[in-house]
Amino acid sequence: MLTVSQLSFERFFQPVFVPLDFRLDPGSLLLVTGVNGCGKTTLIRLLAGILTPTSGSIQSAANGRAYVGHMLAIKDDLTVLENACFMQQFLGPGSRSVNEVIRIVGLRAVAGQLARTLSAGQRKRCALARLLFSAASLWLLDEPYSNLDDEGIQLVDTLMQEHLGQGGACVLATHGRHRPPMENSAEIRLQAGCTQS
Amino acid sequence: MTTIAGMADVAHSASLSRAFFALLRRDLLLAFRRRSELLFPVIFVLVVVSLFPLGIGPGPALLARIAPGVVWIAALLATVVALDNLFRSDFEDGTLEQFVISGHPLALIALAKTLAHWLVAGLPLVLMSPLLALWMNLPTRAVGVMAASLALATPILSFIGAIGAGLTISLRRGGQLLSLLVFPLYIPVLIIATAAIMAAVDGLPHGAFLGLLLAGLLTSVTLAPFATAAALKISLS
Amino acid sequence: MSTNQAKKPRKNALVLFIHKLGSPPWFYNFTGKLIPWLWLLFGVLAAWGLYLGLVRAPADYLQGESFRIMYIHVPAAWMSMMIYGLMAVMGFIALVWRIRTMEILAMSSAPIGAAFTLAALISGSLWGRPTWGTYWVWDARLTSELVLLFLYFGVMSLYAAFDEPRKAARAAALLALVGLINLPIIHFSVNWWNTLHQPSSIGVTGSTIHPSMLWPLLIMAVATKFYYAANLLTRARLMLLEQDFRKSWARDAINGVAAPTTHGEPD
Repeated sequence: MLTVSQLSFERFFQPVFVPLDFRLDPGSLLLVTGVNGCGKTTLIRLLAGILTPTSGSIQSAANGRAYVGHMLAIKDDLTVLENACFMQQFLGPGSRSVNEVIRIVGLRAVAGQLARTLSAGQRKRCALARLLFSAASLWLLDEPYSNLDDEGIQLVDTLMQEHLGQGGACVLATHGRHRPPMENSAEIRLQAGCTQS
Repeated sequence: MTTIAGMADVAHSASLSRAFFALLRRDLLLAFRRRSELLFPVIFVLVVVSLFPLGIGPGPALLARIAPGVVWIAALLATVVALDNLFRSDFEDGTLEQFVISGHPLALIALAKTLAHWLVAGLPLVLMSPLLALWMNLPTRAVGVMAASLALATPILSFIGAIGAGLTISLRRGGQLLSLLVFPLYIPVLIIATAAIMAAVDGLPHGAFLGLLLAGLLTSVTLAPFATAAALKISLS
Repeated sequence: MSTNQAKKPRKNALVLFIHKLGSPPWFYNFTGKLIPWLWLLFGVLAAWGLYLGLVRAPADYLQGESFRIMYIHVPAAWMSMMIYGLMAVMGFIALVWRIRTMEILAMSSAPIGAAFTLAALISGSLWGRPTWGTYWVWDARLTSELVLLFLYFGVMSLYAAFDEPRKAARAAALLALVGLINLPIIHFSVNWWNTLHQPSSIGVTGSTIHPSMLWPLLIMAVATKFYYAANLLTRARLMLLEQDFRKSWARDAINGVAAPTTHGEPD
């Protein structure tokens, strides 16, 4: 699904991480770990196409990408339902209805509330709804577990398992201790870039 | 094969137009959720225009003479002040990143957002222009031309300004810089629009000026969204 | 990038040259050899042009000695527009092909162009005093130069506003490009505005010019181009060194060691 070779990204003329090579096959998960500031978010944003590599290449055979990052892209002035409706209309007609998705992410009780009234964990769940509307085969998750309760963590793992089962692939960046219980998963530990001399 | 490709194209453009209108509707809804901000450009222009008679003196002839310039400069200022909000909240909450990833052309997204912005910040100025004309003692025969010039050319301001807004969105003091970036680009609009109104005041033909503004409108609507998309892409990196 | 290059070898000499310019050590060494000659040519031409213009050319029949300001004003005005165009074109190349030296060249052009614009404005208003009796008239050419100065200020302040230099250069290059597309429109609308509001416009230059007055002008026009090239490359070299100071070639260059030509030998 993804072939990454000699990927590097420079900020202030310094590589953010040591050049990377990896492959990601359909149905598999790639865990990206490492200490704070080692470039996990940068890597995810590179894979998402938001950033352009300074050198190296990312070859993608993915049919679209879906991304949940630190910034949740939820509008405070819209209700959960309105946020979800916009996601569905914008991302295209998926197989699931808005109500179904809201139920899956466990926000049915607050569907009519403005997003600004939600707790941090509920907001995260609302952002996760995006994955369910998207038909993308590559999921890019940047710290999906943060702010979530045990049940929410379970939800993320279940969603990923289903996605991988359908031939999708997933890149997950995390600095936490929780590891998703996937069989075909690989892990890369990012190392912060050092100056080349 | 061709029919399948054709159907795929139809489906693709259908999903594009759905995304376009979903975004337009969402932005309008968001604007109406904050009605106090909705009125801001209108009040801003009213205040700025009312400062001129206070600063220059209420002589009707002088006011009529400077009316086209005053109204247009107020419109320029109001547009730039409102422009900073065009992409800011979407940038800060990560929606802009989602737009990039969605695979929809970023230029189309810029077009939808700029259009929504003009409907909220530009259109009220057009509707309010007869009142301003009255205040500034503009001859009645020029009121229609003033409204027409605003209707044709305030979208140009929004579309060119969107490029500047896209470029400055990731800067903390972006709003201040924005005015420096876009005002020089607004000069042709200012010259031609005020010339149209002055021609109407003098009873001269003014159709050519409005035609020029229309040409500028069509050009900026077709070209500026691409530059805005490039600007947003740079700001996200 | 490198595989692309291997597939289509030396398709175009210009593309090859741009690629070479894209290599910082090569650029640094090449321009290091070039710059002294550029400064020398500028010095000789400027001295010659100014001598002919200020000493040898006869005084103007109408304007007397004051017309000699032309030898500064006109080349500066020409340069101000040419540099804006070059800056935008280099910015375009930098945006499309992501060539860092092009970003640096485009951004180093901005202050030089702004300085020429300022020189044109100041010399123009000094020239206006004896000619029009006032330092400032909203004449089409001065107004255009003023707008051009604003455009330069926009590019420079946008470049200065970003922390990350490459992001800054890309943003400012895009703005320069948008400005370039608008520049003709601004120019024509200002000219037209001028005729609209001042039906009896005051001409500055006479319609005919004597060869002994024209030659110094042309020499000065060429001299300013060498000045631009020399100043631009000097700035670009410094900026490159500043950006790459952690890299080995830059350290060697700073320590006075000849940088190794790692990126292909010149052919």
